[in-house]
Amino acid sequence: MSKKLRVATTSLAGCFGCHMSLLDIDERLFPLLDLIEFDRSPLTDIKHCGPCDIGIIEGGVCNAENVHVLREFRKNCKILIAIGACAVTGGLPAQRNHLDLGSCLTEVYLTEPGLAHGHIPNDPELPLPLDKVHPLHEVVKIDYFIPGCPPSGDAIWKFLTDLIAGRTPELGHGLIKYD
Amino acid sequence: MMAGSEIHTAGLDSILDRYARDPNALLQVLREVQELHGYIHPSSISYIGVKLGIPRARVEGVAGFYSFLHLQPHGEYRVLFSDNITDRMQGSQALMEQMCQQLWLQPGKVSEDGLVSINTTSCTGMCDQGPAMLVNGRAITRLTHQRVQEIGHLIRNRTPLADWPADYFRVEDNIRRRGPLLDNTIAPGDVLRAALALDSKDIIETVKSSGLRGRGGAGFPTGIKWEACSNAPGSEHYVVCNADEGEPGTFKDRVLLTSYADLVFEGMTLCALAIGAQHGFLYLRGEYRYLLEPLQAVLQRRRDNKLLGRNILERSGFDFDIAIHLGAGAYICGEESALIESLEGKRGVPRNRPPFPVTHGYLQQPTAVDNVETFCSAALAMQMGAENYRAIGTAKSSGSKLISVSGDCPRPGIYEYPFGVSVREVLDDCGAANARAVQVSGPSGVCVAESEFDRKLGFEDLPTAGAFMVFDDSRDLFEVARNFVHFFAHESCGFCTPCRVGTALLKSTMDKIAAGLGTQYDLGEIEHLDHVLQTSSHCGLGRTACNPVLHTLKHFRPAYESRLKSLEFEPAFDLDGALARARQMTGRDDAGAHLKPEEA
Repeated sequence: MSKKLRVATTSLAGCFGCHMSLLDIDERLFPLLDLIEFDRSPLTDIKHCGPCDIGIIEGGVCNAENVHVLREFRKNCKILIAIGACAVTGGLPAQRNHLDLGSCLTEVYLTEPGLAHGHIPNDPELPLPLDKVHPLHEVVKIDYFIPGCPPSGDAIWKFLTDLIAGRTPELGHGLIKYD
Repeated sequence: MMAGSEIHTAGLDSILDRYARDPNALLQVLREVQELHGYIHPSSISYIGVKLGIPRARVEGVAGFYSFLHLQPHGEYRVLFSDNITDRMQGSQALMEQMCQQLWLQPGKVSEDGLVSINTTSCTGMCDQGPAMLVNGRAITRLTHQRVQEIGHLIRNRTPLADWPADYFRVEDNIRRRGPLLDNTIAPGDVLRAALALDSKDIIETVKSSGLRGRGGAGFPTGIKWEACSNAPGSEHYVVCNADEGEPGTFKDRVLLTSYADLVFEGMTLCALAIGAQHGFLYLRGEYRYLLEPLQAVLQRRRDNKLLGRNILERSGFDFDIAIHLGAGAYICGEESALIESLEGKRGVPRNRPPFPVTHGYLQQPTAVDNVETFCSAALAMQMGAENYRAIGTAKSSGSKLISVSGDCPRPGIYEYPFGVSVREVLDDCGAANARAVQVSGPSGVCVAESEFDRKLGFEDLPTAGAFMVFDDSRDLFEVARNFVHFFAHESCGFCTPCRVGTALLKSTMDKIAAGLGTQYDLGEIEHLDHVLQTSSHCGLGRTACNPVLHTLKHFRPAYESRLKSLEFEPAFDLDGALARARQMTGRDDAGAHLKPEEA
């Protein structure tokens, strides 16, 4: 048995729905774990990614921290995969793209009824939001895209097993979904 | 006083009655409602839906599809600058900026007093006399700084369009070279009289043996099309003339419809005789709205002279008439099945083919759809005789072709050549010096570089619908391709994902390269996108959308490479700049509030 592949996963501006879908491969997780081991991932709670074979990212890029995490993945992962509608197109969070960020912040923190003495948070601990939400491939090079909201467990299983076996991943009929 | 909704239903009944409340006439109804009210109000949409007995969603869906139909007020004066690359080369962008400044306006916005809006539109077919614009749908040619300034004054003074100087609206034919078609001596009725001596099989046989092929670009043999249509069973047969001349750089049909309208209608009537049709349509692009009344006058004259209507030329049972259907700014309607959808008052979305229109066309009945020039050529071939017609041109491309020459040359206009003429001969005739490339047959066609100027126009080598845009050595072919890519992204009908998304991705990749943020990776992405578009698009629009980029990448790669950052990958936008608004809103300027470029 050759060395296990190291896989890192994360969610940026996503809802963890794609990670839930990964868990939907159910008992196939066991044969999968014979082939791979997880690096940084919500499943391991490792905080920073080390050198990996495969990186899987759900969610688009909506703030400065997302950019840092994405760069860390790109630097460490030989193959980087955008998974799900948000990573591929910006998805639901990108619905704010036709609004001015300033008026969003003003409405949420200053003018919304019930907010007494509100102010726009400015703690340096907090990542600043970008003026627009972007898909991953506009910030770093992405090698593969898995569309779907979320892609099914079967699609993820097929994609990963293809990749691990050295086949160019192909999602056939029924596995590609755009919603 | 009338309530708001009553205002927007007033006058609708007379329009609806004129079209006999036929849901197939929905697009024509909407167009006329807009001419009446300036735009299409939600209450008009509801009213039309009820009166035509179709769902409101269908009415709104059609109104939302066509770019010349508006669901919101767009100003008393709606100014649209033609945005073809040839208009840009003639300075249209500076003129538009000048007009926006003069009228204190941003492109795409309506002025606060509701007076005027300014925007761009796809090629209006005036490339030989640009830059051009449409004002409330009327074409204005030969724009200069002075003319644009005068127009600004007329608008500010609310001068009615009818009182503007007639010279603004003058459209020249600019015929530079004549051949058998433009020099024809056919008098109205000549061809029909001769054809009436034959039976329909003989007419079709003549057209077949003349070797005539469709002039819209695809080159399908016209006689075979007519024969298939004639043989197809159906309750009725239809003749449709495709005058939706939307391919940027093409304007030959404009000239035929202006000065050879009788020949167009003669050809259509000949086709009707051959296939047994009683009804014909001329689908006229909205940009040529100004031709509607003159064309209707020609139709009426032909009816008066027994060349249309019942018992044409006293032949009992030979009944045929032609209705003009106006388009509303949708390039895709030049595709024949999308055109038929539009004729049926629907969104211009291409149908699945097969079945082809010859068996299942208008209202699912056998329909012969041919280009304006094809009908003219068919009439000419009948008059000349198949043998004589076939003697012109080359073995597989018989007859002559009208070429619409524009761009960098002193004599733009219409040139008629026998098929087989070389690119170089056309360039010599139009006086083009220092040409470095020619875009043959528009953005969906072929970009021919200097090394290939001996290639010949014809179905054997360079098929063409007629566009011939010349670029001299001062032009940047990357910007030419980018203009075409924007065109396709704008004109994609949105029905299939590969084309809707693919053309948008292609556009953003080209914009990324234009902004100086491109890399080799992006050039690879373009090739990848091309593969997806070519193999999975629903119709020809998506399949050809990459052509301008692929052809210019092949011949003018340095025009792309010189713009690239020599890195493996670059973000598509300025990351630190994207945080500026948030910095401003939070008052932060600490290290965490900035994004530095990545270290190599």
